[in-house]
Amino acid sequence: MATTDHGVTSPGRARIDARTLREDRWWLQPLTTFVVFSAFVVYATVRAFMGRDYYASPYLSPFYSPCLGDCVEGASDFGQPFSWWPLSAALIILIFPLGFRMTCYYYRKAYYRAFWLSPPACGVAEPHSAYSGETKFPLILQNVHRYFWYAAVLVGLVLTFDVVLAFRPMPAEYAVGDGETSGIHMGLGTLLMIANVVFIWLYTLSCHSCRHVVGGRLRHFSKHPVRYKLWTWVSKLNGSHGRWAWYSLFSVALVDLYIFLLATGTIQDLRFF
Amino acid sequence: MSYTLKLRIWRGDKDGGAVEDFPVEVSEGEVVLDAIHRVQATQAGDLAVRWNCKAGKCGSCSAEVNGRPRLMCMCRLSDFEEDETITVTPMRSFPVIRDLVTDVSFNYEKAKELPSFSPPPRDADGKRRMAQVDVERGQEFRKCIECFLCQNVCHVVRDHEDNKEAFAGPRFFLRYAELDMHPLDTHDRRELAQGAAGLGMCNITKCCTEVCPEGIQITDNAIIPMKERVVDKKFDPLVWLGNKIGIRNKDNDGRTEV
Repeated sequence: MATTDHGVTSPGRARIDARTLREDRWWLQPLTTFVVFSAFVVYATVRAFMGRDYYASPYLSPFYSPCLGDCVEGASDFGQPFSWWPLSAALIILIFPLGFRMTCYYYRKAYYRAFWLSPPACGVAEPHSAYSGETKFPLILQNVHRYFWYAAVLVGLVLTFDVVLAFRPMPAEYAVGDGETSGIHMGLGTLLMIANVVFIWLYTLSCHSCRHVVGGRLRHFSKHPVRYKLWTWVSKLNGSHGRWAWYSLFSVALVDLYIFLLATGTIQDLRFF
Repeated sequence: MSYTLKLRIWRGDKDGGAVEDFPVEVSEGEVVLDAIHRVQATQAGDLAVRWNCKAGKCGSCSAEVNGRPRLMCMCRLSDFEEDETITVTPMRSFPVIRDLVTDVSFNYEKAKELPSFSPPPRDADGKRRMAQVDVERGQEFRKCIECFLCQNVCHVVRDHEDNKEAFAGPRFFLRYAELDMHPLDTHDRRELAQGAAGLGMCNITKCCTEVCPEGIQITDNAIIPMKERVVDKKFDPLVWLGNKIGIRNKDNDGRTEV
């Protein structure tokens, strides 16, 4: 099948024309990644540009948090410094979590394989005739990952604050029973936001750049026992970085969808107390 | 329990070759290398195959089994169905010499380009010291048996012969990382890793880790940490500023760039 002379069919190598001799379903993983990531990108793009139905008191969609643009009443807990921004408020802050995930070492592996087929799977020849990796613009910008990590920590703190706010009493229209709306509230939305922020933190703290910053960059663990301890903790999380990447991707979309359905009046929040 | 294995082996040399059928009697508990040896003993006495320890420790019998880079001595026949055809070919990233034997000298050339460990002067009592926790850090990297399966599977050179000159490969990024994390080493190899060794060409798709018979986390524990160290040196303005005004720790003091 392969007709190139720069890769596995290069002169001098064993003459085998097949692009791969693998007989297992090597295509399944990149295909799954392609479908799921594409679905998320489409969903997130639609929701980010929508500019409405992102707040159902007391819940704020993670796509719009912090809501710094011309947001609906109650959604801006950090003010509206970008109230002049003519487009959706999500576009102001999504660059940070998006940049964090786009430059993430796990996601890089996933999308290089699934979208760029470089390579599609191990031992399966890629279709490109030339390759320079991450040495040239724009891919050399992957090296700014740690800066997106710094931003992701701030976003994580904001989302944690949102979870605290999600325990606030709900407005009267959501009241149940005798109409009581004061005191601490907890609904399914609160629960989903808790799960989401846990996955977001697991993903953020298991980051390879985090691992480097807390202690990986050291030459002498013995001289920095606290940082060494932190490094061992992050290393344990880091072993499942890919898993947290997927879980947090699903959870953030699920929370947004739930809040969208609440905000549009499609469903009512399942209230526990 | 024995059965007839439908074995196919690539035979030929640099001028050409093809996969040939060698149905061979095998027994429960055998590995691919056993089947290859039986073919050699009973059907094709001139079949060329490189092997040595038969225990997954010498790294000699690297090949590709059904398209996947494996050590033939560690590839159990019980992992396959008895009626499954097993195709064994030489590693497809290196020049073939004959049959299953390839010329892996590319790797030795790359090894020569890597400046070796450079310790500081000894202590007054004639010894050198490092703490146990620092000793343990590099142990994983020293498990490498140099089977070169990671070098073989890496698409940077597997799919692009022209990159061989500029790319050292995962086995040597492992060595770069090991030395860079070594508390006693006095060389700073970060520029070299990014430049001459081509660390930036790696797009961390982790095939090297997938095929490592020693289970070394090459990507997560060596390549990515090394990439982050290169970022410290070349791409992070805050690190540069911190070094200039003296608020970074002095971990890299005493090292000279090579």
